[in-house]
This record gives sequence, C-alpha cells and structure tokens, in this order.
Amino acid sequence: MSAQNTRGATGERTVHATATPSSITAERGPAGASTFLRSGQRMALSGWGRLPIVPGAEVLSEDLTRVSQDLPFARGLGRAYGDAALPATGDYYVAGTTLADRILAFDAQTGVLSAEAGLSLDQICELFLPRGYFTPVSPGTRFVTLGGMVACDVHGKNAHRDGTFGRHVLSLKMRVADGSIVTCSQTLNEDLYAATIGGMGLTGAILEVTVRLVRVPSPWILEERECVCDLDELLDSLKLAAATWPMTVAWLDCLVPGHATGRGVVLRGRWAEPDEVTHIASPPRRWFVPFEMPPFVLNRNVMRAFNALSYRRQVWQAPQAVVHPYTHLYPLDAITHWPRLYGRHGFIQYQCVLPEPHARDATHRFIRLLQLRDAAPFLAVIKDCGLEGPGMLSFPRPGISIAVDMPMRSTTQALVDALNEFVIAEGGRIYLAKDALTRAEHFRAMEPRVEAFLAIRRRWDPSGRIRSAQSIRLFGW
Amino acid sequence: MTVVLLGATKGMGRALARRMAARGDRLFLLGRNVDELRRSAADLEVRHASLAPVGTALCDLERPETFASALDAAETQMGKIDTVVVTAALFATQDQLEANPTLATQLLLVNFTNTVLFCEHARKRLLAAGGGTLCVFSSVAGERGRSPVVIYGAAKAGLTRYLEGLDHRFRRQGLVTVCVKPGFVTTSMTAGLPRPRFAGNPDDVARRVLVAIDQRRPVVYVPPIWRLVMCVVRVLPRFVMRHAGF
Repeated sequence: MSAQNTRGATGERTVHATATPSSITAERGPAGASTFLRSGQRMALSGWGRLPIVPGAEVLSEDLTRVSQDLPFARGLGRAYGDAALPATGDYYVAGTTLADRILAFDAQTGVLSAEAGLSLDQICELFLPRGYFTPVSPGTRFVTLGGMVACDVHGKNAHRDGTFGRHVLSLKMRVADGSIVTCSQTLNEDLYAATIGGMGLTGAILEVTVRLVRVPSPWILEERECVCDLDELLDSLKLAAATWPMTVAWLDCLVPGHATGRGVVLRGRWAEPDEVTHIASPPRRWFVPFEMPPFVLNRNVMRAFNALSYRRQVWQAPQAVVHPYTHLYPLDAITHWPRLYGRHGFIQYQCVLPEPHARDATHRFIRLLQLRDAAPFLAVIKDCGLEGPGMLSFPRPGISIAVDMPMRSTTQALVDALNEFVIAEGGRIYLAKDALTRAEHFRAMEPRVEAFLAIRRRWDPSGRIRSAQSIRLFGW
Repeated sequence: MTVVLLGATKGMGRALARRMAARGDRLFLLGRNVDELRRSAADLEVRHASLAPVGTALCDLERPETFASALDAAETQMGKIDTVVVTAALFATQDQLEANPTLATQLLLVNFTNTVLFCEHARKRLLAAGGGTLCVFSSVAGERGRSPVVIYGAAKAGLTRYLEGLDHRFRRQGLVTVCVKPGFVTTSMTAGLPRPRFAGNPDDVARRVLVAIDQRRPVVYVPPIWRLVMCVVRVLPRFVMRHAGF
C-alpha cells in the first residue's frame, strides 16, 4: 500500500529541483512502484483504441514548464486512438499535461481565453457554458485537453462552417527542442505556429494556449434528426442541412444488406435561443463498462440488432427537441470506458476525407469496399468537411469525411492498406489522431505537404529530439 | 467561509481551493513561490467570476519567520479568518532519506517542526477570533511504522498526534481540528506509479475534505477505503509487519 507515494498530492515538492529523465527513474522507479508490480510487469501506455500498447509512462506535473525541459513530447488525456501520443521505442517517458490546467486569463468582452495546455474541454464546458461561452470548435468528446485540440487541430460538427480548432487559436506558448520557450502566432514565428497546429506535438510541448471562445445564446442545443433510407438520401440531406445549420453529422448503418445500405440518421443542431427553451434538459445518463468484454460480445449479429434497435428509437423519437449539449455533442462520453466493449485486442478507428468533386461517388465506393472485404463496421460517421485547417498537417479539406471503428483482427492491417490505397487514388487523406496502422509510404503518397512540414520540424528540432511512436512509424524520426 | 490555504498551488490543495471557490468562500493563498501563487489566484478568479479577489502572500515552511507576516497579510485583506488549511509538505522516498541526512533533516523540519509552528501561529489567531477550523493534511503513512516510509511516516505520525492533542485541548474553546489522512491519490507525486485498485483523485478528496470541514470531523481518511485498510494495518502483529514489506 506504499503510502509514501501518496504524498505529493498535497502540493508538496519533490526534492530534486529539476527532473532529468534519470532522476525521474530514480524517484519514481523502484521505491514504491515495486509494491504494486507483479514481477516482470512493466508500465504501459496506449491510445484510446488500446492499440498498440507500448512500454511507457507519463510524468505528470502541475509544472509543465519544468517537466517539458527534459520531456518535450507531451500527452494530454490520451484520446488519440492510435499511437499519436505514445513514446517512441526507447523513450519510455512522456510529459503528461493534465495537471497543468490553470486558466490564466479570460476576457468576458472578447471571449479570449488563455490557459495552460492541460485544461480539459470538460472544464471549459462546465465553467463557460453557464456564462454563455463555448469553444468555437468541439470534437466528439469533451475529455480532451487544449494542447491536444491544437496538436490534432480537431474539427467537429460545425466543420463545414467554422473549420478546425486551429483557426481560432490566437497564440501558443511552447517549449521547443533546444529548451527555450517560444511564443508563436500568425504573425510571430509563423512557421512554428503553422507546423504546431495539427502537428501532433512534434514541434515541441505546447505549454499555454490562447483561443477565442464564441458566444452562445443559451447553454442548450436545438436538435433535429432525420431518418434516411440510403446513402444518397443521407448525403443529400447532409448537404442541404449544411447550408442553414451550424452543426451537422450523419450516422450510417453499414450492416444492412442490399439496397438499404446507408440507412442512417442525419443530425442537425444549433444553439437554442432563450425563448425556445421550455425545459431544462438533463445531461445524458452515464453508463460504465466495468471490464474488457470478451471478443464475441460485439459480433455481427449483436451489432446488427443494436443498429436496428437504435434506428427504430431514432424513428420514434421526436424529430426536433431542445437537448443538453452533451447529448448532442458527446453521445459516447456517456459510456465511460467504451473502448472496453471491443475487448482486449483493441480496435482502430479509420477516418479519411474524400475530396470534391467526386466525394459522393467515392463515398459509395468506400462503403462498398468495406462490405466487399467483409469488414463493414458497427457504424460509420459521415460529415461534410469545409475549410482546410490552418495547420500544415491539418486533416480536413472540402469533401466528405468518413470515420469507422473496426475491431482489431489479423486482417486489419491488410484492410487499412487497402483503404489507404483507395484514399490515395481518390486524392484524399487520413486523420493522424485516429491512425495506428498506416504505412509510411502510403502516408507520403497521400500527403504532399509532408516535406514542408518536416522541413520546419527539422529547423526547430535539428537533432530529432521530439518524437512519438507515430512519427517514427510515418516519418522515420 | 474565509479560508487561508498553505500549499494550494498544486495537487489536493489546488482541488480543494477550486471547490471552495466554487461555493463562494473567500480565499487567501500562501506558498513559497510568488509567481505560482499569482497564477493560481488568477485561475480561481477566472473560474468563478463572482469570487472576491484572491490574495496571496509568501509563506515558506522552511522559513518560520515568514509565518507571522503571511497570516498578517491574510488578516489585513480578509478581516477575520475562520479556516486555515495546510496541504504543503515535503516528500522523499526512504532510500533518498537514508542516503542523504541533509535531506532527512530538511524533511523532518518542514513536515513536523515547522508545520507545527505554523499551526501554532494559526491556532492562536483562530482562538483569538473566537474559534475556527484548522485543517491539516497528514498521511496514512503515520499510522504505523512501516518499512518503506520510516522517516517520512515518523514525521507524519508526530503531526497526527499533535493535531489529535490540539483537538482534545482546544475543541471546547471553539478550535476545530481536521486531520486529513490521504491514501493513494493520483497526483504528480504518484504519477508514473501503477495505480492500486482504490486510488483516489484530487477532486474527490477535496469534496470529502470539504464535507469533513463542514461537519467538524477530527479525522478523515481519503479515499474512505483507507479507514478500513488502516484498521487492519493497525492491529497487525509486529512479526507480520516485519515481513510484509509495506
């Protein structure tokens, strides 16, 4: 029970002034750890998809400025699915940002918020929604940090209108590879700014983020849902909604055979005006997956039944309602530890954008390709992307984005290769925050921007100090 | 409440300060790093727009001469103080302490002698104002002499006994003493260690400590499971403790 380990909790200081990787090992390695470890067991880190799992540990500290001196690669809440936030082989330690969560300033007139990089979106929602402010762009989970939102240049249901999170970031304070602290923005160290947004943390540790929040008329969302019977109808509906609705997304059931392929739901939303709010909507009830399910739980028949049931539920539900923002924006956050449903082998999420002008046709072929390979996912999330992000490696571009979850099997690598080849042929690209299995040559083929990004990365980090498991896999350093 | 917190820039102290700010308590932060204090104060003020300005003052547990002036500053800003919370302390592993007597001296001085001296300052002021609450974070490490925490545990055991004595001596005069005994809590100190089954998180600890302060409970274990664990550990015979290795 090793109670001595508990003590830092109270705001105590460790005795070493600076934590070099070696002193970290000395401090945190043997003394208390051995009490909990079974012999031979090592600590491990993984992304949200629990694949891959690599040896490693986070060094958490309120003082991110100090920790980042020795560990310039940072990890937030670990919601990247694949290996984006994992240490490269041999590195073992990454800086954990989640304790560095102080807000530095907020201007209630302009909505400009400055905070340490570990502040979570959950906290931002909790603190600023009641005051009529919300993040300009929100991903599908609120358990992400500001630093992670910048590093992945996240997008959300309003991607077609407001673009990515990076577009709203005013400035960043960073610890770069040579150990100095640098501020960057659109006018200051522009190259670092552009490479850091969507740069997967490879240009340095983001210490502080300044971003402009947006005003919302009420903390509730007016949601409309429309059930559609095939993919064409779904894409039409999505396109139509994009013209007038700030938030849109569609779910597609890929498990229905025959002509109904594409049975799905289109969700549209906007912030409700105060006079539309007739009742206080409650947040979604929270569920909890207590342990890893055995692999047979999410089999095809279960998925099919689940999809049919939830489709029926959507049909029965009122087509329009004022809902809690968490219900609309973060449906999966209601199920704590949901990746455990996929069992101990983990799963991958594959997300790509298929560009205009052939996006619609390509989407059909993409779904067909999945079905032909007998790899039709549980469900696919389809969203029309708008503006390209400001980052050099930002994911979105005009076109249609498709995201699918797939349990890890022996054939998954081959499937990802096939999907990547399809995306390359279509001129699309994949989302690094989700990626775990893409090969280096495939990524280079779909990303003509890589060389420019690596040139800036090399300028700021000539010795290649900052790296992740993903950067080794895709770039070799 | 008007609360003075020593050590609220980090960990459980930070979580406790946020909980207190959320319910509108007036806060004053003490610590040894002025910049950090200002940043934490700004964080609390931004989080809760209606909060009264959060004051700060330098107070270093290694320098007892800073105690009086820090508490003076708090009283000047807030008038009457009714709660003082101490979460600051030093930590080092048994191996480090055995290898480095200077470090051991420093840790014993900070975690026991100077913490007691600070509490004496605070106690006198609280009693002079007609009573109040003194909430100090000790540790489950002080419950029993255990091989991984011989020196650290001894200092915390001394602190626990001091707080118990204070409670017995001054409760009738209106001084409530709350001794917090945290078990494993996931903070920067325990980062990188495998989490045991019942690890607590700082926010949950803060919630329970706040309840204990409100209910004037003299001892609180957080997470609460540690009360049970320590019940068992306290009655284990010595020959078991010698071999158990915890």
